[in-house]
Amino acid sequence: MTVERPRKNPLHRTRQPLLPPGARSRKAHLLTVAAAEGRFALPRCGDCGTYAWPMPEACPNCLSADITAADAPVGAVLLADTSAEVPADPYFRERAPWRVGLAQMDCGPIALVHLHPAPQAGDRLKLTLMLDRAGQAVLHAGPENGGDMRTDKQWQEMVADPRGRRVLITDARHVAALPLARKLADAGAAGIFMGLPEGWKPLENRADFEAVPGLTFVALDLASDRSVEDLVRDIGGKVEILINTADNPRPGGLMAPASATHARMAMEVVAFGLMRLARALGPALAGRGADGGDGAPGAVAWVNVLSVFARATPPEMAGYAAAHAAALSLSHSLRAQLAVGGVRLMTVLTGPTEDDWFQLAPQPKVTGKALADAVVGGLMRGLEEVVVGDVARDLMARLAENPKAVEHDLSQGKL
Amino acid sequence: MTGILEAMSGALAAGAVKVVDLTHTLTEDFPTIVLPPEFGPSAPVRIERISRYDAAGPAWYWNNLSFGEHTGTHFDAPAHWFTGRDIARGTVDTMPPEHMIAPACVIDCVAESASDDDFLLTRAALENWEATHGTIPAGSWVLMRTDWSQRKGAAFANLREGGAHTPGPDAGAIQWLVNERGILGFGTETIGTDAGQGGHLDPPYPAHHFLHGAGRYGLQCLTNLHLLPPKGALIMAAPLKVHEGSGSPLRVLALVAGDTA
Repeated sequence: MTVERPRKNPLHRTRQPLLPPGARSRKAHLLTVAAAEGRFALPRCGDCGTYAWPMPEACPNCLSADITAADAPVGAVLLADTSAEVPADPYFRERAPWRVGLAQMDCGPIALVHLHPAPQAGDRLKLTLMLDRAGQAVLHAGPENGGDMRTDKQWQEMVADPRGRRVLITDARHVAALPLARKLADAGAAGIFMGLPEGWKPLENRADFEAVPGLTFVALDLASDRSVEDLVRDIGGKVEILINTADNPRPGGLMAPASATHARMAMEVVAFGLMRLARALGPALAGRGADGGDGAPGAVAWVNVLSVFARATPPEMAGYAAAHAAALSLSHSLRAQLAVGGVRLMTVLTGPTEDDWFQLAPQPKVTGKALADAVVGGLMRGLEEVVVGDVARDLMARLAENPKAVEHDLSQGKL
Repeated sequence: MTGILEAMSGALAAGAVKVVDLTHTLTEDFPTIVLPPEFGPSAPVRIERISRYDAAGPAWYWNNLSFGEHTGTHFDAPAHWFTGRDIARGTVDTMPPEHMIAPACVIDCVAESASDDDFLLTRAALENWEATHGTIPAGSWVLMRTDWSQRKGAAFANLREGGAHTPGPDAGAIQWLVNERGILGFGTETIGTDAGQGGHLDPPYPAHHFLHGAGRYGLQCLTNLHLLPPKGALIMAAPLKVHEGSGSPLRVLALVAGDTA
């Protein structure tokens, strides 16, 4: 059910964004990758297999420089805990008291961790590698059985829980739009703005949308400056999570008669549309990254739902893949700009979806519901990189292993 | 002959001749024709600001403008349809400029269109009109008044399963107007010169088929036709001089006697 959101007191200044300390070594970003993808990995020596924490430049056991981030067991025991009541760092000072603990990991190292309110010394813990508000990998420890994360304000600082937040979904005509709206309403979103391009065209399942609690249609055409700007003028200060679903899939290789026309339309929506949104809504979102006054959670996430073809191009979808590749590139710039406000950019790469435009794509295709589950799941875990569907996951794994083989496979029509 | 033009200037200044604007404002959200999406789509109207007295241009305001040739209130040249592909001077840049000013007959189909979205104008209806207003002169525009321009957004496009449902002429009416009356062109208030379901007529899209095949023109998305008399208005319809253009958005003006506007 949707959650009632307290109204902002106009006499109070909007709290300005502060970030936790963000300096890390280049090597430490091996952990950032894992945290962004939601994997639990720790530094491990390639020679002797010893795990370490924090990221060392050389193995603390054998001094080897061959340190990588390797999947690790998530179990640990809480050795001791305390609360930082008056931290020196401005970010933590604002959020004090801040509970921390010393955790003895099952795989060896002892680490200082952000600590859930429940565990006591001697309790078993479940560790999570997370991205903090500065986008850096940190360790969080919660109860071994999972526990109630809603009561953990430290966890909530690092994830993008839709509860109590207002969400703008940019395109109702995307196959995932309706399942997303339902899932967000179930997750307690305070409101859902559902963008509808070209409102003069019928929306076949309009009644299903209207049955979602807290859903309001808004006119939004990402291919139009005016439409984007007008919407942001209206509700720019009322969006805490943006989910960009706008798309324009049209099959056709480079030599198809209308290839340039279709590619241009895809670019207008997927790439330039993202730029228009970023220009209009980006500053409003980043500026409200710390707006949490009056019990109303602030802006927290921007989600770009993109095709995995942004990373690997099937020749028969040349223009479409190029538009998504452009949007993926723009996403990286946008991530950097949103980061100053502590707002997370999550990229969701999906395989072909279960809709008319991917009719000829082989199964398994991604249903709207599976995509919605992945998006909301990613928000709840505070991820930056989500890959949805077996086809997309397989493509990404093969790309990491041998990109030339992927290129050849796709050129022969093999996904 | 200059006396005629002086008289016209005087009549305009005195209000004895009035100017009626038959054009919708070119906006980004004005409906365009909907084709099956695997066909090449028309680009919509886009107005993107370059600067407006701001850092991008402190003293000046200007926009980048883009649109398909067949968006907003627009003109169809013979080359728009395959039947008109061999017509000499059949594109907007080569068409005779004297065709850009011509008289108009306005056929009132308001009641019929109000009760039937798919109303088809027939030869019989045109002959009835002639019985009251006299013969349609050769070289004139025939404008089908439906008051469709009063509708907005979804009601204007009127898309349902099976496509658009908007009024237009049937094949017999258009053939008769072209062959028996020698009209210059046919104009409507809807998105096409053909009915929304015109693709299911024989031949498909008869207005496009016969008009352009005979070197005649089309005007669509007109407005303010209710301000024109059934006969006697003078239409000024000059499309943009687009190189080999099949049509263009344009400003359509009508001159009417002061006592009729």
